[in-house]
This record gives sequence, structure tokens and C-alpha cells, in this order.
Amino acid sequence: MTHTGIYRSRSGTADSETSVGSGGGGGGGTTVMRVIVPLQGVVQGRGGLVLGSVIPCAFFYFLQFYLKRNRRDEPEPDPANQNFASSPGSEPNNLGSSSLTQSELTGLSRSLSRVSPRNSGGHVSVSVRANSLHKVGDSPYHVGVKRVEEDPYDESGNPEGIIELGLAQNRLSSDWVSDENTIGLSLSEIASYEPCDGLMELKMVVARLMSEATKNVVSFDPLQLVLTSGAASAIDILSFCLADSGNAFLVPTPCSPGFDVDVKWRNGVEIIHVPCRSSDNFNISVTALDRTFSQARKRGVRVRGIIISNPSNPMGSLLSREKLYAIFDFARERNIHIISNEIFAGSIHGDEEAEFISIAEIADTEENLDKERVHIVYDLSKDLSFPGLRAGAIYSFNENVIAASKKLTTLSPVSSPSQHLLISTISKPEFIQTYVKTNRQRLKRIYSEFVKGLKGLGIECTRSNGGLFCWADMRGFISSYSVKGEIELWNKFLNIGKINVIPGSCCHCIEPGWFRFCFSNLSEKDVLVVRNRIRKSLYNM
Amino acid sequence: MRLIVPLRGVIQGRGGLFVGSLIPCCLFYFLQLYLKRRRPPPPSDPTELTRTSSRSNLFSRGNSIGRVRISSRAVPVAKPTDSAYYIGLERVKTDPYDRITNTDGIIQLGLAESTLCFDLLQKWMSENLMESIMQSNDGEFDISSIVMYKPFEGLLELRVAFADFMSRIMGGNVSFDPSNMVITAGGTPAIEVLAFCLADHGNAFLIPSPYYPGFDRDIKFRTGVELIPVHCRSSDNFTVTVSALEQTYNQARKRGSKVSGILFSNPSNPVGNILSRETLRDILIFAQDKNIHVISDEIFAGSVYGDKEFVSMAEIVGSGEFDKSRVHIIYGLSKDLSIPGFRAGVIYSFHEDVVNAATKLMRFSSVAVPVQRILISLLSDTRFIEEYMTAHRQRIRDKHILFVEGLKQLGIPCAESGGGLYCWVDMSSLLTSYSEKGELELFEKLLSVAKINATPGTACYCIEPGWFRCCFTALADEDIPVIMERIRKLAESSRS
Repeated sequence: MTHTGIYRSRSGTADSETSVGSGGGGGGGTTVMRVIVPLQGVVQGRGGLVLGSVIPCAFFYFLQFYLKRNRRDEPEPDPANQNFASSPGSEPNNLGSSSLTQSELTGLSRSLSRVSPRNSGGHVSVSVRANSLHKVGDSPYHVGVKRVEEDPYDESGNPEGIIELGLAQNRLSSDWVSDENTIGLSLSEIASYEPCDGLMELKMVVARLMSEATKNVVSFDPLQLVLTSGAASAIDILSFCLADSGNAFLVPTPCSPGFDVDVKWRNGVEIIHVPCRSSDNFNISVTALDRTFSQARKRGVRVRGIIISNPSNPMGSLLSREKLYAIFDFARERNIHIISNEIFAGSIHGDEEAEFISIAEIADTEENLDKERVHIVYDLSKDLSFPGLRAGAIYSFNENVIAASKKLTTLSPVSSPSQHLLISTISKPEFIQTYVKTNRQRLKRIYSEFVKGLKGLGIECTRSNGGLFCWADMRGFISSYSVKGEIELWNKFLNIGKINVIPGSCCHCIEPGWFRFCFSNLSEKDVLVVRNRIRKSLYNM
Repeated sequence: MRLIVPLRGVIQGRGGLFVGSLIPCCLFYFLQLYLKRRRPPPPSDPTELTRTSSRSNLFSRGNSIGRVRISSRAVPVAKPTDSAYYIGLERVKTDPYDRITNTDGIIQLGLAESTLCFDLLQKWMSENLMESIMQSNDGEFDISSIVMYKPFEGLLELRVAFADFMSRIMGGNVSFDPSNMVITAGGTPAIEVLAFCLADHGNAFLIPSPYYPGFDRDIKFRTGVELIPVHCRSSDNFTVTVSALEQTYNQARKRGSKVSGILFSNPSNPVGNILSRETLRDILIFAQDKNIHVISDEIFAGSVYGDKEFVSMAEIVGSGEFDKSRVHIIYGLSKDLSIPGFRAGVIYSFHEDVVNAATKLMRFSSVAVPVQRILISLLSDTRFIEEYMTAHRQRIRDKHILFVEGLKQLGIPCAESGGGLYCWVDMSSLLTSYSEKGELELFEKLLSVAKINATPGTACYCIEPGWFRCCFTALADEDIPVIMERIRKLAESSRS
């Protein structure tokens, strides 16, 4: 304020020197300061403090606005066409990819030999979210599966090929499915439009199959079932229905490597991992869940649910009744959803005391309001060795979720031939019973064989009671105790031993050195081959 | 001077203009940031009661907090629909017409499905169905060839067969490259996946209206892409014009929405007219000019019965004059082969990234392998396909003539059409008031009095009231007089 006087006294002489501020004619000739204050004229003329700050702010706001709008158009380069410059500020002889730059450069358009004179548009871009899909698919999980596709093992045809121990598919009881296959399809049944969420007939069969898996303790209501094309789309649809973009699900790790894709790709829902440790035998700890929940909330992330796998994937362990109650209470307390992934419910191969308990059993003991948070994902492909049929199911206690997912199944339907195939294959109760029994026996046999083989090599596995895999502890075999060491070993398996396994890092296990072996693809003879190959990769002999 | 310039001290001390604007800007920026962070989350679920808010977390240990909520984007999906198209379809389900058992039931004219050539299909299926599922390369049946995981984008054999089939029904002037193809579980997922890949949430597609009412669901439900109708009028026989496109495009731009593509059906659904070569070129030029995508839904390409020739967008873009990568074609077997239950569709795109992204997304909606096996043998049986396609076209033509003639005798005209399983009927003479309300009243009357479900134009975003889409290909010849009689009665009662 003390300066004011001085400036005023010099007003007469300084007038001609002012270069800025002359635009604000309203200000008159009193603009004298040496200092250049933006829009001084206007400011002095009227509002002072208010205008002096409002005007720059407004400009700034418009600048932001302008930048924002331009940004949407401008970074359209797609990664595949790197030779086009993307920045609009690039040198004039650079062929811009945006239509803006392009139209300024009509003189140069001849240099683009393929472009007709009329063509003003550059390369058209795909959506940002589709572009982000390109980045996925480089994880060892996908790399391994791809390698197997290129060079698959075959006992007689290609004995040097890579053995698939990564993909969770079950070949043990395939003969059963085809033996019993008395398919009766009639055209009007399979060709016309049918409810995309599944025929009632099929739903009843699936409900029965699910009950069978719980040893008929729980009876599932076909009306609460929605059939989808595979478990992947079941999880996709559930993520859409239960969480908004930017919300998150808690997922105890190690978890199925597919969750990332199913939850995130289309729905923009985040996954927050809750690590379990080998010292707890990879058990889910509710305290850890709670802690992670609070941390997420502090960060401003809204957690909408928790996804559990039971039997767990990759460990194959079963959740106890107490654990399920604890998880249920946690979900109730935090008012979040529970998605229970029970796709291996029919593949229990453990001892008699290893009992599979569905979350539905827990939910049935609760009052209606609380049930609504429970959703089960089921898949016919794993239990029935039918992945090619692409049939999965959502079983939900929430009416809104059922209504919404029914509509969404038009976007990932089960085809009617598949539905009728399934009905005719599995509708006989005696078939289901014998099938489930045989499947369990075979899984059990191959599992014990496989684990024994690993043990002979000095590899311990965690106790697995369900699912198609075992979770092997190879911490002693990795060169450095880190993800890098783990991937090195994985590479050795793939390149030297020629077997494809899933490294723990794909399952987001925080301890390096764990591997998932899927054994249900193998015959007993193969187990020996695999054993030798593992030995070869580990001991180089 | 008395005037107060903000932070003058600082300004005079040092930077002048720079600091003088920087500081208010910074302050303003932080204010924005503050406001943004403090902004309450959007009210997520208006349908839920707020009952729970009074109970607080404090006492809730082991206690129920209340109902758990579904995501706010799922709420509109879960709500009962308000589109007349779906209302009609639901109503038919409750009381379907049957020639013998339920003669008073509602006749379905709302669903584009065809039973015209079921006899041919029936014959083929009974002869080849099991064989096609069970067959394998070495002649021996191997269960793993149908039940195991296969590439989600479709078996290569199927894509080859599909490409062949498409070029066959499109007159043989174009050839399709199987590597540009992704097989989807029907046309519906194909549209959705394309929308996901071509536009981001909040972007928009231009779409000439009237358009297929299912697009609303298919596209908007999950991808969040908007559809901006480009209104076409009966005076042009509902053909889209570039000036209308231009105008709508500019309006959309002005409103600040980003248009990422133009989507249209050819043969159009619901009108059934076929776009000429010139119109297709104009659309492509327009898209090139604006640098947007072109999605051509050609799902009725094989159901062309008029004199007008069907031209695929692939043919236009194949001339070499245009940039191919912006063109995407949707095709499916539901309509042309009348096997909607098989859920087999295809995305054909010239854009490599789109093909790659769609391939990955097929994880969620791929075609079951046994179905793929059936389709491979069905589509590669060229003799059958020839026979079928000829019969299919001929029978639609006959049925179309029968239906349109019937309406004509009642004094109800139809728009000129050359393809599709439906006709676009002008019932404005039956309207009590020439407005959307009048049309919906007529729809309701058709449904409950005449017991006919036809799709009203408003469901298709038609700008002129009184138009209805009637699908006639699931009707038997003897059903048509029944329908005409019902309409006649309705017309009499409304005119009198």
C-alpha cells in the first residue's frame, strides 16, 4: 500500500510508456504503474479485488476447458501406428494424426500416397479402453498358454511338446460324458429364440447338480439361477451389477489368475488384493480383510464386495464353516457383497472329513435382508469337463441382481443347442451321481500320484482337497527370492522341461516360489513324464 | 491510487504480469480441486430407502446395517423396461397365439424371426446334426474336440466357412478375410463389443432413425455409449441423407458430445429398405471427412427379396478409394439362416486393433464349441446353402406380397422395402391423435383388443407417428387372414 503514492505522483510521465492495459479503455489515463498487472485498466476502472481475481481465473478456467476438449481429440494415435506424430504442436512437416493438423496440411497430403485428395481424416482411432486391452495378455499365464498352443505335447505325435499344467481343465472323466451322451435335439427346440438366461429345464438340472455338490445339504432354487456363457462372463456380469466403475472388490490372494480380466476389463472395477501367507497356510484372515477395507476407505476407494473362491484356486483348500461365518459377518458389518466362486464345488477329492460348505448354506440361516449380499458363481465346465460348452451360472439371493443379469445375458448367452445338450446329458439323476463319484475318485487317484511324484523330487505341496490343481512350494529352487527368480524358474520349466505351469505371481501370491500345477489333464502315464521333466528342469539331469 | 489489485505487493515486488496471473490461477485451481474432492458422491440408488441412514455404524457390530446395494449402473438395468418393444414381447409371452389351442392369444409380429424354411433346416439337421458334432479329422470321435477350451474368437474352420458364406449371400462381389473376423455369440454381443472398442463412455454414435429398438439395450446398457438419432422421413422413404447427418453431427458437437461413429442397418431395420451404392459412398465420405467409424449392421443381407441389389459396405470400401480401417461390419446367422437359438454372429473389422480387442473380449461371449462344429458343417455344405438361400428369399417374397396385399385392402399402406423379415406399416389412419401418445394408444389397443404385438415407431425413435413394424416371417399363410380380420375390426371400431 505504501507504494501507491509514489505511483500516483509519476502518473503523468509514465503514461506513454504503458504497453499493456491500454486495452481497458475504461481505465482512462491513470494507468501508470511500471509494474504490469494483468488487465489493470479494467480492474482500476471497476471492481478491484473481485475483478482482478475473477478475470484471470476465468481465463484460466477457459484455458483448462480448452485443454480438456483438445485432449479428447488429440491423443488419438494408436500404438500400432507410431510413425504418425501425435502432438498437434509438432513440426509442420510431420504428418499429424488428428484431423485438425491434417486439414492444415492439405498441401502436403500428396506425400501420403494412399490418401485420396478428399480424404481429410487420418487414421481412425479405437476407444481408449479398447486400447488398454492390448497391454494385457503379456503375463506368464497367457504366454504359457500360447506356447502350449504352438507346440502341444502328444504322447505319440509330439512327445517333445509342452505339457499343459497351467490351464484348469479336466479330462479325467470325459469318457463318461460321451458314453452317456444320448443327445436328442430337435430343430424347433434349438433354432428359435429362447430365454438367454437359460431354459427352466436346464436351470433345474443345474440346481440339482449344485445341490449334489453340497451332498444335498442345500437345495438351490432354479428361479435364482441365471445361466451365462461361462464363469468368466458370470463374474463379468456380477462385477457390473455390484460395483460401479472405480469401486473395488477385495480379493484374498493367491487367487485365480483370471479375476483381473473378468472384473476389470469391461467394468472398470478395481481389485484390492488381500495377501494371505504360507505361515497361515494361506488361510483368509478377517483381520487382514478389515484392515485392507479401512485402508481402501481412507484412500477414498469404495469397496463393494469380496470375492472368495471355495474350493480355493490355486490352493485347493476348503473354507471351514467358521471361516465362512466370519467372512459373512465381516461383509455384513461393512455392508458389502460376497461373491463366492464355487466352480470347483463338484471336484472335491479330499478325505471324508474334508467337507465342502457352500456359502448358500450360511446364507440360508440368515434373514432375508442379509442373504441379499450373497452371490455364487458356478461353472459347468470345470465339474463336468465341459469348458467348450461355455456354460456357467450366477446364483444370487438378490432380486435386483437377478433381474439385471437376466437382461445382460443377451450379451453373453448360452446357445440353445448347448442348453439342450446339457439337459440331455445331465438330466438323469443317476448320471450326475455316478459322474460326480467317478470324477472324484479319479481326481483323488491322480492327485495322490502327482503329489507323491513331487514329493520324490523334494517338493512339498499344500494340502489340497478340491479343484484340479496343487500348489507347490518351490521356494528352495528359485535362484533369488523374488518374482524375478520365480519367473526364471518358470522359464526353465517352459523351455527346458517343456511343461507349462502357473507361477504364483500370476495368482498375485506375495511370496515368490509357489507354483500351480493342474493335474487333471494328465493320465497316470503322463505323471511319470511330467515328473521326469520337472526333475530335468530343476536338477538339469 | 485507492484501487485494490490483488496481491499487489508481491506483484510489484517481482514478476508483474506473470505472477499477477499465476497466483490467482493457483488459488482458483486449488479451489476447484477442493470442491472436486468435497463433492458428494452421486446419489447412487434412488430406489433404495434411506431407512438405513439413521442407524449408524457404531452399534452395528454383528448387526445388520441394512440392505446391501447394487451398483448404480445396474439399477436402470434391473428396472422393468419402458420400451414398447420389450413390453410387447413380454405380453406375448403371457398369452401366445396358437392356431389350435389358443386362438384368442396375442399374435407375435414384433420379433424378427423366421420359420419359413424350417422344413429344409429340419431335414439337414436330422441328417447331419450328430455327425457334425461328432466328426473329427481322423474319422474317430474325440470328445475333447468339442468339450475342451478352444480359441474364443472361433475355430479357424468356422471363420473360413463364415467368410465363404458371407461372400456367397452378398452376391459374390466381395471376399472376406477370415483373419479379420471374430465369431461372437450372436449379433447382440457383436454390437456391444464393437461399441466398447470404438467409443469411450459418454461418446456417441450417430444412427439413422427409425432404428432397431434393441440397439438401445445392446449399446447403452454397459458401454455407456450414447445413440444420437438422425431423423429420416417418410418423404425420403426413410433413407438417410448426408445433410441430415451433417446437421446432427454439428449439433452434437455443439452440445459437446464426441461422435465416434455412425451405425446403421442395411437392409434397414425396421423399414426394410436397402441402401444404394451412392448412399453408402456418401456415408463413407462423410465418415472420412469427420474421421469417425462406420458400423454397418448387415444382419439381413441374405434376406433380400426385392429387385434392388444389396451392396455390402465391404464392397464399397474394397474399391481401394477409402481408408478401410474405419469400417466394421456386423453379421449373424440368426436371421438369414433362421437359427437365432444358435447365437452365432460375427464382427468383421478392417482395424487390426479392433479385431485384437474383440478377440480378447470374446472370453465373455464366445460360441460354444459343439455349436461351432455344427455351423462348420452347415455352412460348408454349399449345395444345401444354395438351395436354402433361394428358398428363403422366394418364401419371404411370397409372404411379403401376401401380407402387404392384405393390409392394402384395409387401406393401410406400407413403406417400400426390399429386405428383412418385416414391413414398415403406416397405420396413421387409425390414430386417434397424430402424436406419440396416439401411437402408443393404438399400440395398446392392438395388443389388448386386436391381440397383435407390433412394434410401434416410437420404440424405434421414428419422428413421424403412426408407423409400426410387423414381422411376418414367423406366420403361416392361414394366420394372415386372421391378422387382417383383427386389424379390420379395430379399424372399424376406431373409425366409427
